[in-house]
Amino acid sequence: MIFRKDDIIVNTISRILIPFIQLYALYVIMHGHYSPGGGFQGGVILGASMVLLLLTRGYDEAKYKFPEQIATLFSSVGVLIYAGIGLLCLFVLGNFLDYGKLAALLNVTPSHARSLGILGVEIGVGFAVMSVMYSIFLDISTGGVLPEDEEE
Amino acid sequence: MLEFIVSKYNFWIYIILMMIGFYAMIAKRNLVKKIIGMNIFQTAIILFFISTAYKTGGATLPILLDPHGHGHGAAESAVAVSQYINPLPHVLMLTAIVVMVATLGVALAIVIMIYRKYGTLNEDEIIKAMK
Amino acid sequence: MRFISFIVTVLTGALLIYGTVDMPNWGDPNSPASKHVSPRYITKTEIETATPNMVTSVLADYRGYDTLGETTVIFTAGMSCILLLRRRKKKKAR
Repeated sequence: MIFRKDDIIVNTISRILIPFIQLYALYVIMHGHYSPGGGFQGGVILGASMVLLLLTRGYDEAKYKFPEQIATLFSSVGVLIYAGIGLLCLFVLGNFLDYGKLAALLNVTPSHARSLGILGVEIGVGFAVMSVMYSIFLDISTGGVLPEDEEE
Repeated sequence: MLEFIVSKYNFWIYIILMMIGFYAMIAKRNLVKKIIGMNIFQTAIILFFISTAYKTGGATLPILLDPHGHGHGAAESAVAVSQYINPLPHVLMLTAIVVMVATLGVALAIVIMIYRKYGTLNEDEIIKAMK
Repeated sequence: MRFISFIVTVLTGALLIYGTVDMPNWGDPNSPASKHVSPRYITKTEIETATPNMVTSVLADYRGYDTLGETTVIFTAGMSCILLLRRRKKKKAR
């Protein structure tokens, strides 16, 4: 079980660093078309910021920022975004995951439609990877025993 | 002979690394040490795949250096294939790394469950307790 | 037992090293791995997908079905961790 440590250096540094880590992770996801990056890498960086929050603040405070139920929900929402974009291509008479057919919906050229489809897929992968990394770390570090609210 | 060694020695280094992981998987009795050996094995496989992507002769990483025009069909200037290294092993290993971390999590979860049930991580004692 | 493991490891390693004799040289631009599908990925990625990063376009577009499978594997790993480990303390009986 992880508890909060009253160490002023750790608390201050984590409070300063976590927003910048999350901003950098969003940059890595969004700029994956033009530089090294993408959904997997950005998702892992975003998950690492959540793990840093859990390590420095303890489970009792991290529960309010990012509850484990939300993590479970996000991991399925990420796969749903990916498969949903693939199914959307089926509805506009293309093959599964054939983003070029989305050009009529998005009103752009087919190559740009493929670029936008790649971006949507990467966002879905980022959601799934972030929440699965946080969820696995939470389960292994606590041994799976999460204290439920005793007062009812 | 020297040319042969220079063109093949990186594969030999990866095979030595892979065999270190293989020995840990089959000879060690502690389950956590077996998992560490499995990770060394997977790292050797990833290094092997990445090294097959390399091309000599000034090839750079697989991102287009001069992306002009953004896909206006046949007016594009031709891209030289020898200028960029092979992107396919990078793609396969990018997903393999993330799957490696996920399988490590599942393996550690199973080890935690084994420790809760048997109170030990030694393979011989677990087999003795199961009989 | 440990000695037998060492012998097996050395034999497997020797067999694999013998297999590398037929591998293409390191960094050979004409190796079969660089000749089959990767020229198509390198030359057509800007025209077909408007994405300069070939790794991203191959990952999410040319081989998107593969990546869907990998994402499902990660999702399944997270779910199995939850199913294996997570126990809640019982709430007080009402």
